Amino acid sequence: MVISSSRFDGDITTPELTLAGWSRWIWRQLTSMRTALLLLLLLAIAAVPGSVFPQRSADPNGVTQYFDTNPQLAPVLDALQLFDVYTSVWFSAIYILLFISLIGCVVPRTGVHYRALITPPPAAPRLFSRMPASLSVKFAKNSTIPERAEAVLRKQGYRVIRNGKTVSAERGYVRETGNLVFHFSLIGVLIAVGIGGGLSFSGQRVLVEGETFVNNLASYDSFSPGTFFNEGMLVPFSMSLDKFEVDFDLRNQTNVGTPLDFRAYTSSKLTPASPAKPGLIRVNEPLEMPGANIYLTGNGYAPHITIRDAKGNIVFAGANVFLPQSTTYTSLGVIKVPDADRQFGIISFFYPTVETLTTGALTSIYPAPIDPLLTMNVYEGDLGLDSGVPTNVYALDTSKMKQVAGGKSAVKGLRLTLGETVELPNGLGTVTFDDIRRFASLDVSYNPGGIWVLLFALLSLAGVTTSLLVPRRRVWVRQTTEGFEVAALARGDDPILEKVVREVAEELKAKDKK
Amino acid sequence: MGIALNEGLSQISLIFIYAAMAIYTAAFLTFANHLSRLASEKKKVQGAATKIERIAIALMILGAVLHAVGVVLRGIAASRVPWANMYEFSITGSLVVVSIFLLALTIKDIRLIATFVSGFALLILGSATSIFYVEVKSLMPALQSYWLVIHVVVAILATAFFNIAAALSIAYLLKTANWIQKSKLKFLATLKRILDLFPSIEKIERLAYRFNIIGFILWSFTLIAGAIWAERAWHRYWGWDTKEVWTFIIWTIYAGYLHANATRGWTGKRSAWLGLVGFLAVLFNFTIVNLFFKGLHVYSGLK
Repeated sequence: MVISSSRFDGDITTPELTLAGWSRWIWRQLTSMRTALLLLLLLAIAAVPGSVFPQRSADPNGVTQYFDTNPQLAPVLDALQLFDVYTSVWFSAIYILLFISLIGCVVPRTGVHYRALITPPPAAPRLFSRMPASLSVKFAKNSTIPERAEAVLRKQGYRVIRNGKTVSAERGYVRETGNLVFHFSLIGVLIAVGIGGGLSFSGQRVLVEGETFVNNLASYDSFSPGTFFNEGMLVPFSMSLDKFEVDFDLRNQTNVGTPLDFRAYTSSKLTPASPAKPGLIRVNEPLEMPGANIYLTGNGYAPHITIRDAKGNIVFAGANVFLPQSTTYTSLGVIKVPDADRQFGIISFFYPTVETLTTGALTSIYPAPIDPLLTMNVYEGDLGLDSGVPTNVYALDTSKMKQVAGGKSAVKGLRLTLGETVELPNGLGTVTFDDIRRFASLDVSYNPGGIWVLLFALLSLAGVTTSLLVPRRRVWVRQTTEGFEVAALARGDDPILEKVVREVAEELKAKDKK
Repeated sequence: MGIALNEGLSQISLIFIYAAMAIYTAAFLTFANHLSRLASEKKKVQGAATKIERIAIALMILGAVLHAVGVVLRGIAASRVPWANMYEFSITGSLVVVSIFLLALTIKDIRLIATFVSGFALLILGSATSIFYVEVKSLMPALQSYWLVIHVVVAILATAFFNIAAALSIAYLLKTANWIQKSKLKFLATLKRILDLFPSIEKIERLAYRFNIIGFILWSFTLIAGAIWAERAWHRYWGWDTKEVWTFIIWTIYAGYLHANATRGWTGKRSAWLGLVGFLAVLFNFTIVNLFFKGLHVYSGLK
């Protein structure tokens, strides 16, 4: 692209450039406004693919899925870092260059601005009519014009210098100050983002009503630390989920089943000995603990189930987290019973308010447990838990197992209403649906840089607002033989330049009449 | 539970929106008629134009009043702010565009883009009622925050300012387009005569710049407010969610626009194009990103 506005067609005799000369040239190019502009546009374009392809940081499952559906293309995209756009080499290169360019531009400008601040306004131009706005006024009583002009302009916040018959004034220095504050604050934002991100952590934990969680690495289901994080930064508080409440709308026809509010009632202790402190977590209202905020990110049902073997011994008892599959909370859960004589597993569906479709299939028509039902398909065989390899608690690998209830097996799938006990097939014993509990998915996060990012962002907002809205202008007044002249020159955009000249002239005339 | 949705009232609200659309259509046609008369070579026809224009502005004000009633009723019907899904954002957003335009008319003479503004409002309301329409619903818990008022109102305002600036940039680009200026086609010759009525290109450029700087300040605020809200709701202030990405892209394009205006060789056409690209990104962010991109900002309410 040809960026230059002026072309030169003749031969150019370029002087020999030394290494220092070349670096000076590169530096000048890099710090020019045009480069900043191009880098900004480049940054905008480079950000686009991050919204098209799933990103590991925001949507890791999406990336896995992409690999599954596009096994040929995905590795190529991955090599181009298109699943990690915002930490990629090319994206980083652009913003680092942009910030170098910014520093290279702003630092010298700070010097220039400082000198401008301590220099008096420049002398008046010879021809006022050459200025973008000027006015020549015939006025007989003009002998005191310079003094009056000085007073008028000073009152309007101008810095004024009087030199014989002329007055020079300038205002709006804060425009450039704002501009510099804006750019320096952006550097502040970048540094705070970097350091804060490094010191931050975010961990996820699913907690069933009645369970307690202690803030240490072992307690988390998943954990992503920043670069400078160490385990010592975790404050070892404990928190219990006492009760989880959900309000679903049942009153408004078009809105039935829509969640209105989620409330997680907690009690937390800073040390095992300290008294429990009650707390409440809602969406948009995290619980603030020392060194961590606890957020509510999801919820669902955890039916409590007891399984007894043929002799009546309890081989399994507990609340199982069932993952919601729909807005009406049809939920899917897996129960593994490794301690039975013969290992078996159960794939189970939970319907809070069950309804039979015309096809015979079951569904849930309302998210709260009005008419709850559990269905179970039972698989017998090796659960794969003894090898020591960690397995997904939400999935059952049935490849080495034999289905003994539900599906194509001879026995129909089990159905349990609340409180009911039914017989398991093949003499595996009985299963009881004791109770319905709820679980909350919690996110425990901490980012000490956040407050600094906010401060610098607000500072940059104030800076940019000042630099865009405060006009910077120079005004000159000169006493002439027949009256006086006023002229003004704007630096940057100034919507009222002509009005200013008119008003200064009016005021100079008016003041005399008094 | 504490909320009561009023389905009947939301139907009445819809009637007002339709009525506003009818009036905007009339205003749009009248403005277009006014422009074509102004561009006429016959003196007599030109003379009659001013009266038509006054009628058109009166129509637009009437349309805005009906529109405002529709928006307020929708809010009452849902017992909350009327901008929680795409339909509501569209009707509220277009009302703000029209209101800012009508307010700006009292300060600056920008009547000549009235055809564009009324046409655009009509287009937005048309797609809102036909594509984006959803029944009144309660707020999902994630949206129950006072930031819904602050963040979204400022986003709507920013969009409105960018919108008017984009209209001015289009006028600028048409006025400076050689293919229109030199064309001998009858249709383009008429267009050229219409464009000749517009203020000078310098004036249009300055006006577009002023609308854009206000838009940029408001957009910066939207971005910061969004980050504060995200920190409360999603446990991080910034996570490159698709909507965040596009908010950033738009901010960067307009930052580029501001730099272009201070760079020799980039003022004029190039910066007008940049302003237009910025607004296209705003539209893209609102439509395509909302409907087709995966992300956390899934509030269209459409299935």
